[in-house]
Amino acid sequence: MTLEATPETDLPVELVTLTIDDVEVSVPKGTLVIRAAELIGVEIPRFCDHPLLEPVGACRQCMVDIPDAGNGRGFPKPQASCTIEVAPGMVVNTQVTSPVAEKAQQGTLEFLLINHPLDCPVCDKGGECPLQNQAMTHGRGESRFVETKRTFPKPIEVSKQVLLDRERCVLCQRCTRFSEEIAGDPFIALVERGANQQIGIGPDEPFESYFSGNTIQICPVGALTSSDYRFRSRPFDLVSTPSIAEHDSSGSAIRVDHRRGKVMRRLAGDDPEVNEEWITDKDRFAFTYATQGDRLRTPLVRNADGELEPASWPAALAVAAQGLKAAGAKTGVLTGGRLTLEDAFAYSVFARVALGTNDIDFRARAHSAEEADFLASQVAGTGLGVTFASLEQASTVALVGLEPEDEAGVVFLRLRKAARKHGVKVVSVASHTTRGLSKMFGTLVPTVPGREADAVAGLELDGRSVVLVGERLATSPGAFSAVVAAAAKAGARVAWVPRRAGDRGAVEAGCLPGLLPGGRQVGDAEARADVAASLGVETLPSAQGRDTAGIVQGVATGGLKALVIAGVELDDLPDPVAARVALRKADFVVSLEVRESEVTQAADVVLPVAPMVERPGSFVSWEGRRRSFDAVLDEPNSLTDIRVLAGIAEELGRPLGFRTVAAARAALDELGTWDGARAAAPTVAAAQPAAAKQQVVLDTWRQLIDDGRGQDGQAEYHATARRAVIRASEATFKAFDVEPGDTATLSTESGSVSWPTEVADLPDGVVWAPGNSGVNLTALGVPRGGLVTLKPGGAQ
Amino acid sequence: MTDTLTPVLTDDWADDRAWTLEAYRTRGGYSVLEQALKTKPADLVEQVKDSGLRGRGGAGFPTGMKWSFIPQDNPKPKYLVVNADESEPGTCKDIPLMMASPHKLIEGVIIASHAIGAKHAFIYVRGEVLHVIRRLRAACREAYEAGLLGQDILGTGVNVDLVIHAGAGAYICGEETALLDSLEGLRGQPRLRPPFPAVEGLYACPTVINNVESIASVPSIVREGKDWFAGLGTEKSKGYVIYSLSGHVKTPGQYEAPLGITLRELIDLGGGMREGSELKFWTPGGSSTPLLTAEHLDIPLDYEGVGSVGSMLGTRALQIFDQTTSVVRCVLRWTEFYKHESCGKCTPCREGTFWLTQILQRLDSGQGQEGDIELLLDLCDNILGRSFCALGDGATSPITSAIQYFRDEFEAGMHTASHELFPPAASTLFKQEATV
Repeated sequence: MTLEATPETDLPVELVTLTIDDVEVSVPKGTLVIRAAELIGVEIPRFCDHPLLEPVGACRQCMVDIPDAGNGRGFPKPQASCTIEVAPGMVVNTQVTSPVAEKAQQGTLEFLLINHPLDCPVCDKGGECPLQNQAMTHGRGESRFVETKRTFPKPIEVSKQVLLDRERCVLCQRCTRFSEEIAGDPFIALVERGANQQIGIGPDEPFESYFSGNTIQICPVGALTSSDYRFRSRPFDLVSTPSIAEHDSSGSAIRVDHRRGKVMRRLAGDDPEVNEEWITDKDRFAFTYATQGDRLRTPLVRNADGELEPASWPAALAVAAQGLKAAGAKTGVLTGGRLTLEDAFAYSVFARVALGTNDIDFRARAHSAEEADFLASQVAGTGLGVTFASLEQASTVALVGLEPEDEAGVVFLRLRKAARKHGVKVVSVASHTTRGLSKMFGTLVPTVPGREADAVAGLELDGRSVVLVGERLATSPGAFSAVVAAAAKAGARVAWVPRRAGDRGAVEAGCLPGLLPGGRQVGDAEARADVAASLGVETLPSAQGRDTAGIVQGVATGGLKALVIAGVELDDLPDPVAARVALRKADFVVSLEVRESEVTQAADVVLPVAPMVERPGSFVSWEGRRRSFDAVLDEPNSLTDIRVLAGIAEELGRPLGFRTVAAARAALDELGTWDGARAAAPTVAAAQPAAAKQQVVLDTWRQLIDDGRGQDGQAEYHATARRAVIRASEATFKAFDVEPGDTATLSTESGSVSWPTEVADLPDGVVWAPGNSGVNLTALGVPRGGLVTLKPGGAQ
Repeated sequence: MTDTLTPVLTDDWADDRAWTLEAYRTRGGYSVLEQALKTKPADLVEQVKDSGLRGRGGAGFPTGMKWSFIPQDNPKPKYLVVNADESEPGTCKDIPLMMASPHKLIEGVIIASHAIGAKHAFIYVRGEVLHVIRRLRAACREAYEAGLLGQDILGTGVNVDLVIHAGAGAYICGEETALLDSLEGLRGQPRLRPPFPAVEGLYACPTVINNVESIASVPSIVREGKDWFAGLGTEKSKGYVIYSLSGHVKTPGQYEAPLGITLRELIDLGGGMREGSELKFWTPGGSSTPLLTAEHLDIPLDYEGVGSVGSMLGTRALQIFDQTTSVVRCVLRWTEFYKHESCGKCTPCREGTFWLTQILQRLDSGQGQEGDIELLLDLCDNILGRSFCALGDGATSPITSAIQYFRDEFEAGMHTASHELFPPAASTLFKQEATV
């Protein structure tokens, strides 16, 4: 045994030397024999074994002969190599050198096949099936089984999304173990026994887990299939492209499989540093949004009759440039979460160079100046900070205004693992104990929305703690300031986990009224000069710009004449009513969009841009990790935002300096991050919201599966969404005459929403409702933390 | 011949209402309990170790040594679990013992709990025997009322709480780790070892799991002394055990004798074979132990003796079959049992028993195919030592041993149904009605 350091942890790792198939190999202590064998190039066949699941030893496929366990004595019988840890001096003979091991493996494989149907030609897994592959490499070739196979009626729905063909199942329990260990959603379990043993669900308890799709991927046979991919294609017809998931800020690695120009399915990629091998169902199934009927294919220009009509690209770009030229610097730029890092950089440069304004903001949601200061001081240009790995190494992870299971599913999985395996303490500053928090073995710091600052000040943090803050802290005055102060005091680290994939990239690219690319401040003349020099322009506008609300208001008050909008849903904005008014009032609106939306309907020029699968790009994950991807589909007519913006800028006579994603990336990298003075951290005092009689404080966030347009076109996936409910304490419901379980209504002067109710451990006088499940809560016209009226019964 | 019997566990079975506390006390029950509870736990463990008591559930692991494996410096609670899930075909010793003399077991539980430092003990009883569960619960209640269970037992400061838990009727739950899962409310399937139950057993706490007969033997060791116990039996298999004699003998039943008695003696005790019966084959310890024949009548029935002829003492379930029995049909029935009771966790047992049954059905009906015997043996080879727990191994024992001794009967299965070679009626004792 020797001591060596591994680069990841710098901790010495104890090595154990053993002999496998006459080859001596040294592996870290605790390694399982099956994985030690991989290191010398011997693949022992296996079904139940999975490197990220606890060993179970159920399938008995990986039998090896161990003539010496390291103590001079051997095992009398072959052993399952997936459950035995290496020992110094151990001698292992696999199927390569041991006839006993080879026969044991052949025997088990033959047993597995006796009750397995011979429907490979129609099975989804055929062609990429571990059972099929291993039967070919390690099986007998001919079966001796001539008797009657066990059959089951097929298939059964374990959820609307996941279907189970029980006769194909080899009962390896990977799916049940994943659900129990990794996701914490043990909705599926073994039932019956012997050859009738099968995977089942409880009565009226479908497999509604946000991570259910992973079971389909790790199923070593075709027993689990998804209802939208089942019987759709064969693996050997698919072209696979590695990519990055666009539904949250985790930057999960995925694999996109397409056939003849159509994406057929998405799978989790294997990235141990980020998502390991897991993704959310949203990242797996929500990919059909770009192929809905409302996809924009040609540029549209509003004609004299006020109708949008198709136009050629040169004509549309010319009209756009003309309109924007008229407004000049009196143009606001609103960008949304769909944009990649390179896109965001293009908009940032377009606003500064082509339009000459700092009126740009990516925050198509509730936002605050305190938040912008936080982003400028703590996030922009800080590079890779807190990582997934550091979550596992932390002492405590405090969640402030963040519900990871809903908002960043892979972060949730990693936190659950950290708590389960490393005893990391998870603390959540939130209104109530969610299912997700329970699954992370976390504790709640009960907090009234808007009062996070006080709760944060009371957190017990140390130098190994991590604070993860969510974007909805923008609705809580003083919260960001309190987080920065508390972390600084304890020496803890802070990371910002936004909900959307493009948000961190937008911060890095400077899509904020006070921030230029690379963490440079608009107010810093030196930083401005740096950017200007790099972009090859004389100067950049020096005045602090307007934020999203300011831009909307600016149009209303006439300070702004034109708008450039990309990737924004009006209903997501803090005040959709005001935004609609602004759109009508603006002299000129340019919309860059993939699909029709409220914005494209109101725009003067609509410029269709490429969806993710048709273009390369990068997302910057919440860690600060740049996650680049290539185009999946080759669509020469599909233009990126960058190409379109470059076209307008050139018409305006103020070119961006790049036209392609690669060139934009190169320009951004050349500029680099700012090494000069950083913005000061925000120091906003906590507000003391006035308590109002007969009203309750609203808490809300968006559930993972909701009505976001990025999830359109997936009926089965939506059927697994969590039920929308209004949550409050029993006392709150009682005070407002609401019978728990019955329907209740939340209302304001602007609107109302009605859902069934559910008792939870919220502070009295607080209600929670989902952000966009059936109706977008912005319709209430009050932000999270605002006051709403609670009444029994449905809406009138 | 009666002096070969040593009724200890069975001594009061014929008494009037033997299951009551009162009846048990008149026989000296609980008389040494106070003394035992005042003995240092380590001394009790040593006493049981020295007595040579070995597990009566089949494997024969030294009981005292098992107790000494409990890490006493572990701050977690310790548990005693009594395996009363007696389900092995042919085995019928724990059920009548608990039915007739439940307090013997309870007294043993109290002493054993004290010895291992357990404050909670559980008796996991096979779910089908509701009458026994009721009787145990009644006895448990009596013991609580008499201050023999609960807090500060007999003023010694020892606390033991006892739970009588009813299983749901699964053979697998006799496997100790499956039993623990079942006791915890989970699906009864064997656990991966290590960790062993002595370190992480019930609720991941140090746990001793003993057979009913092992625990019920403990009071006699305390009362009569370890030397008395060690004086019984043979050199390596000490003490007395219950032999369950069943099948084609005149008087089947439970015979309690020192280890090392032979089947010949036991059959004599049982009044000999039935009229006109000749011993054909027998199981020494239930269907999971390889069967033996008349040539093994004189081997000593202790752990070593039975092991020396390629079988196992097991649970001493002596099923006696005469010349009217078809070994093929018998093995088919047993295999159907294993197929029905396979828990399904591991492939060889789950799929293997499913397949074996179909081959044996074919042979039983005279439809066997060439190569079936070799196929049976090869499948058994692919199950034995490849399955997750010993139950898969046990399923192969009757098949391989039956083929070893009676291969010609399996060969006959290629052309003649077993009910033609061995008409079932010939095995019965009742009068046959004339059938057309």
